Amino acid sequence: MTSLLNRLFGRPRKGSGKTAKDRLRFVLQHDRINLPPERLEEMKRDILAVIVKYVVIDKDRVEIALEQRDRNHSKLVAQIPVVKQTVPPSPETIMDSHENNSDRPADETAGSVDEGKSADDDAEDAAATSDDGKGADEEEKENKN
Amino acid sequence: MGGKVVTVTSGKGGVGKTTATANLGISLANLGKKVVVIDADIGLRNLDVIMGLENRIVYDLVDVVEGRAKLRQAMIKHKKFEDLFLIPAAQTRDKMAVSPKDMVELTDKLREDHDYVIIDSPAGIERGFRNALEPADEVLIVTNPEVSAVRDADRIIGLIEAADKGPGRLIINRLKTEMVNKGEMLSADDVFDILSLEIIGIIPEDESVLSASNSGVPVTLNEGSRAGMAFTNVARRITGEDVPFMNLEENPGFFKRLMRFLDGR
Repeated sequence: MTSLLNRLFGRPRKGSGKTAKDRLRFVLQHDRINLPPERLEEMKRDILAVIVKYVVIDKDRVEIALEQRDRNHSKLVAQIPVVKQTVPPSPETIMDSHENNSDRPADETAGSVDEGKSADDDAEDAAATSDDGKGADEEEKENKN
Repeated sequence: MGGKVVTVTSGKGGVGKTTATANLGISLANLGKKVVVIDADIGLRNLDVIMGLENRIVYDLVDVVEGRAKLRQAMIKHKKFEDLFLIPAAQTRDKMAVSPKDMVELTDKLREDHDYVIIDSPAGIERGFRNALEPADEVLIVTNPEVSAVRDADRIIGLIEAADKGPGRLIINRLKTEMVNKGEMLSADDVFDILSLEIIGIIPEDESVLSASNSGVPVTLNEGSRAGMAFTNVARRITGEDVPFMNLEENPGFFKRLMRFLDGR
């Protein structure tokens, strides 16, 4: 009812009321699963540290975010683009990519494996990471509290 | 099982729990119901002053729980309503003097010959809140359209659900429609979007609430007060009546403008 009136009479959706709503949504996302923003950052670092032991990822395009439908349905949505490697990684190469490419492992590795095939690489990259082609790797965490 | 136990809580302090409890008690009594209101805020007693009954206290909630007084002796009859009673909180004790089980036993006795037992919960999420929550058949969560109050309401709602006392219903208190219309305050819809809980009342900001607490005559007894009307509507909704939300509650700014326009001002 109020929203209808607001629409009819064009209440401006700017101002501090809107800011209050956005800020509340943010804090409640974290409150509801008892995971403060700084802990979420820590968890992201841990997740990535595990993943880079197995595959080479494009660190600049990694996105791990918290999504929430309501109080009891939160999920963690991760997009972690994997960079294609033509040579299957052996334990030694994994160690290598760790040590040599801690800053930008994805581009460096992709480039060094096959310089001439960058366009091809992109296509492989998308296909390899997900069904919908968005490179989405989903981890879902239902919150029952 | 007789009467119904309604707990009024909020998480954050200062949002209007005690005012809401007093006004719902009076409105329900005004509707002909038999009502007891209990101040569960032990150590920070206030419902007595809001209801104007502070000089009649002899025994309190802790006296009853510890057996120094009979239940009937601690029930203070309201000046205006035969069937409205207050059980005051102890002022010199702390919340640990009463347990959730004590509250269940107490309210079970009160249910026998009253239609409603309304419990004014203390702020916070500790013992006092647990005491108020344990006997509840229905929980009303009071909040203000303001970030800290809504955040605490969300926390409390989670705890109410975890205790199987949910879902509860919301009272949005002190809404300033003029500010909402300017986009400078969360609207009732915004609060609903965030908390996804049914709204049982929207109480407009109203200066007469302060005058009422100054004089110890709850605002519901002031017939011209918009906040008083809004509280009366909440009471009617508690009894199961389907009361439409007043436009007055939702958008008085617009109606004021319309009236001015029609008056040719």
